[in-house]
Amino acid sequence: MSVTLAFARPPQRPVDPETPLVRLRGFTRRFGETVILDDLDLDIAHGEIVALLGHSGSGKTTLLRTLANLDSVEGQDVTIPGVRAVVFQDARLLPWKRVWKNVVLGLGGRNVRARAEAALAEVGLTHRLNAWPLTLSGGEAQRTALARALVREPELLLLDEPFAALDALTRLKMHALVLRLWRVHRPAVLLVTHDVDEAMALADRVLVLAKGRIIAEERIEAERGKRTATIRDLRARLLGYLGVDAHAASYADLVAGAHEPQTVAAE
Amino acid sequence: MSLFRSRWLSPLTLLFLWEALCRSGVIPEHVLAAPSTVLVTLAQMVRSGELLHNLLISFGRVSLGLAIGVAIGIAAGLVAGLSRPGEALVDPVMQIKRTIPVVALAPLFIIWFGIGETPKVALIAFATLFPVYLNLYNGIRGVDKRLVDAGVSFGLSRTQLILHVILPGALPSLLVGLRYALTISIVMLVIAEQINASAGLGFLINYARDFMRTDIIVVCLMVYVLLGLGADLLIRLIEDRALAWRPKLVEA
Repeated sequence: MSVTLAFARPPQRPVDPETPLVRLRGFTRRFGETVILDDLDLDIAHGEIVALLGHSGSGKTTLLRTLANLDSVEGQDVTIPGVRAVVFQDARLLPWKRVWKNVVLGLGGRNVRARAEAALAEVGLTHRLNAWPLTLSGGEAQRTALARALVREPELLLLDEPFAALDALTRLKMHALVLRLWRVHRPAVLLVTHDVDEAMALADRVLVLAKGRIIAEERIEAERGKRTATIRDLRARLLGYLGVDAHAASYADLVAGAHEPQTVAAE
Repeated sequence: MSLFRSRWLSPLTLLFLWEALCRSGVIPEHVLAAPSTVLVTLAQMVRSGELLHNLLISFGRVSLGLAIGVAIGIAAGLVAGLSRPGEALVDPVMQIKRTIPVVALAPLFIIWFGIGETPKVALIAFATLFPVYLNLYNGIRGVDKRLVDAGVSFGLSRTQLILHVILPGALPSLLVGLRYALTISIVMLVIAEQINASAGLGFLINYARDFMRTDIIVVCLMVYVLLGLGADLLIRLIEDRALAWRPKLVEA
């Protein structure tokens, strides 16, 4: 059992496609008698987007906290990169700091203002640079949180259901924004979500977590933007893992009439 | 804008009634001086420098007492709020202190510190430290845990967490405590100055009582009122600047 924390800074980032960026072996976490994560193996490669699906209480958040180094991993076989950043479901901006100061929170150096400006320009918030966070809309707050994460040039970007609280149209724009930024910065991404369609649209690989174990893994070979043909069966399979018996169909037909999805007596 | 709807109507009527009753002799001067007499006395006291001299002495007492009380309150609040051992050490003593009515300590303070400036300042300090302590301590403990988590996830050190997350988060509570402390300090000033003062507003009142100069007493009451209003204004100014981020104060 060993703990390795690689504190590599972006310029000297080792680009070795063979070595995974994140590596967990037999990872277990329990609170008292309750086992939250049970003998879990996980690899995430450099630049890969991995979506993590699962019900509430499946251990998603605990896994994310581990990868964010928010919980102690003492005595376990865990490798996580030194530069990480998290975007939470609630943006968690400090209300007493202006938007640009939130973006560069904890960063030193003389050119922090310029870095904040560049990061906010990337997410299209140049006009909100000096705004107070409590005056932002939900979408603006999440874009700020995204800028705050990306300004650190993370090797691993952790997204904890960051779009769940947004309205459908804003969510759509955020998905596009995240993909655009990912193409520029190429961090590895772990996206924790409830939303099967979101997972299929963004990820290279989808993991399904249930009762602390990874019960299914699906790699999506089709390129992003050309997935419509292959995605219907996948959706049905993923929903099946989550305990919903649905036919292969687009969402429009999925929930209606004869195809009404049945929740299998699960859990 | 109707005069009868104005909120000035009742106080002004009362003032006229007071003046009329005094002039007609219904209320003798040794019971209560007329408003006009009070104004004349005020002008005399301002011109002679008597009022300013005693006001400054009272102001000095309340400022010093407040400074000591607030400093101790903030220090104790930080210790108890930021560390568990500190909490175990400080909080029980503070809770015991809270149950003692500060005014009842005056005789003990006189025995310890004599009848000079020290017991007066000590009373004000002792009375004002608790609201500052309690509100800061609760404010720190009430800081949103999710914001602290976010700070940790971005690699903030403990010092950075305290400076950027915990203390700003506790500031609104601290300001509430400060507001209480200012109000209490004026009350304690009045009480403390009844202890054998040889200068200050309390001394002026005692002197006026001995000679039944109700006009001087009313002038001093007015000054106490102004001190209280000034204290309130000060806190409002601080809040407007320090809490500009709060939505109700932000121009959307």
